[in-house]
Amino acid sequence: MTLTLDAPRIVTTRPLVTLRDVTKTYGDVQAVTRVSAEVFPGEVLGIVGESGSGKSTLLRMMNLEDTPDSGSYTLDLPDVQGNLFELGRFARRMLCATKIGIVYQNPHLGLLMKHSSSGNVAERLLIAGERRFSVLRDKARAALAASEFPLERLDAPPIELSGGMQQRVQLAKAIALEPALLLLDEPTTGLDVSVQALVLDTLKRLQQDRNITMVIVSHDLGVIRTLADRVMVMRRGEVVEAGLVDQIFQDPQHPYTQQLVHAKL
Amino acid sequence: MSVILHVQGLTKGFTMHHLGSQMAAFSNISFDLNAGEFLLLKGQNGAGKSTMLRTLYRSYLAQAGQVLFHSDHGVIDLLRAADVDVTHLRRTEIGFVTQFLVARPRVSAEDLVAEPLRMAGHSAPQALDKARYWLKAFGVKDSLWRAYPTTFSGGEQQKVNLARALILPRKLLLLDEPTASLDAHARVALVARLHELKQSGTAMIGVFHHPDDVEHLIDRVIDLTPDAPNMEDRADVAV
Repeated sequence: MTLTLDAPRIVTTRPLVTLRDVTKTYGDVQAVTRVSAEVFPGEVLGIVGESGSGKSTLLRMMNLEDTPDSGSYTLDLPDVQGNLFELGRFARRMLCATKIGIVYQNPHLGLLMKHSSSGNVAERLLIAGERRFSVLRDKARAALAASEFPLERLDAPPIELSGGMQQRVQLAKAIALEPALLLLDEPTTGLDVSVQALVLDTLKRLQQDRNITMVIVSHDLGVIRTLADRVMVMRRGEVVEAGLVDQIFQDPQHPYTQQLVHAKL
Repeated sequence: MSVILHVQGLTKGFTMHHLGSQMAAFSNISFDLNAGEFLLLKGQNGAGKSTMLRTLYRSYLAQAGQVLFHSDHGVIDLLRAADVDVTHLRRTEIGFVTQFLVARPRVSAEDLVAEPLRMAGHSAPQALDKARYWLKAFGVKDSLWRAYPTTFSGGEQQKVNLARALILPRKLLLLDEPTASLDAHARVALVARLHELKQSGTAMIGVFHHPDDVEHLIDRVIDLTPDAPNMEDRADVAV
C-alpha cells in the first residue's frame, strides 16, 4: 500500500522523502514488506503499529543504519542524488551527520553517556567538519537552548541527567546542523507524563518554528495524534492503512486500525 | 456568484469490523455552494449532519461521490486529493469549527489562537496581536490569555476554540454546533464574526442546535432526515 503516491496532487510540490517498495528480511522473518511512502517538506509523518510491526526497522533504514533487501530511498535535496541505499559507508555517514537527525528511545544509543552534554552536541558538528572551537561551542549551546535544555547544566554528562533531559540532549544533537529530516523513535516512551508533555511541546515548537520534516515512530497514539499530520499504520511489516491523522483516529478503515484506535484509553 | 463547492452523489456509511456490520449515514447528497452563501444542515439526532461536515473535511472517508472545491490552485476533488494537499487547504482555505477545543499541554491560550496565523506565514508578534484581539472579542478575560486552556471551563475553552478557528479568513467554513456551551456575549460575537466573514465571501455549511442564533445568515437548508422532501419542494427553504 502507498501513502500518496497515486493520489492526484495539485497544491504541493515534490516530496522530500520517497521510499519505494522497501523490503527487509531477517532470516525467515519478513520485517518490512514492500513499503512505499512519501514525506513532504515541513510535514510530520507518524508511524504506528504493535511491537514487531517493522516501524522501527523502517526508521533505522531511513537513518541508513540498515540496508533493505530491495527498494529505494531518495531525498529531494541539492547535492543528494540517487538511491541512498546504494551509498557507501563514508557517504552514508556524512549524509546522516549533515542532513538527517535521529532521536532514539534509548539515549544510550544516541549519546556518549560520560561526555559532557555540550560535548555530545559538538561531536556531531565535528563529524560534519567544523573545527573552530568558538563555533562548536556557540552552535552546541544554541541547539541545546532550542531543545529547552537548562544551559547551566551544559557540562553535565547525560549519565547524571534525568530521562527527559537526556532526550533533550539527543534532540539538540539531532538538530544542531539543522537537518532536513528528523527521525524520532519512541522519543517519549519511558518518560513520566509531565516530562512527556514538555518533550512533545518542544518538538511541536521546533517543527513550527523551523519547519523541520519529521518521521515519528511511536506506539503511543496520543503522541502521534499531537504531533503528526499524517499517519501510517503498520502490521507485520506491511502498511495496512495510511491517511490524515484525524481520519485515521475518527474513521479508521482497516480492521486492525479500528482495533488499535478503539483500544486507546 | 462564483461556485466554491460542487457536491455530487456524496455517500457515507461506516463499516464496523468488530460487529461485522455496516451502518449507513447518508447517501447521494448533491448541492452547490457559492461564495458568501450559508447552508444550514438540519435533521434529527443521528441523521448524519456532523458526519456530513466531517466527510467534506476528509476526517471521514466518503464511499462514493465527488466534492469539487474551487481552491486558489484550481478545482480539486477533496475526496480523492492527496493527503498533503488536504492538509495544505486546511491551513489556508478550509476551516472547521467544532464544539471542542483540542488544547495541547503547556500551550497558552494566546499561542494556540495565534498558531493558524503563524502557520500561514504571519510574523509571531503580528499573530499574537490578532490572537489577543479575538480572545477579547469573544470575551476571554485578559488574565487568562497566557494560561493553559486545559484548565479552563468548557465555555471558556469554546471561546478560545472559536478565536482560533475564525482568526484566519477562509474560503469555506464548516461549523459543527459552534454555539453550544457559549454565553450570550460570546454568541453575539460569534454571529457578528460569521456575518463579517460571509460578507467577505466565505461560504459556510453549518449545524446548529439552535438555528435561531444564525437565522438571518441562512440562505439555504438541507434536511438530512431520511425521506425528507427534496430541498426544492420545501416551503421553508429559500433556494
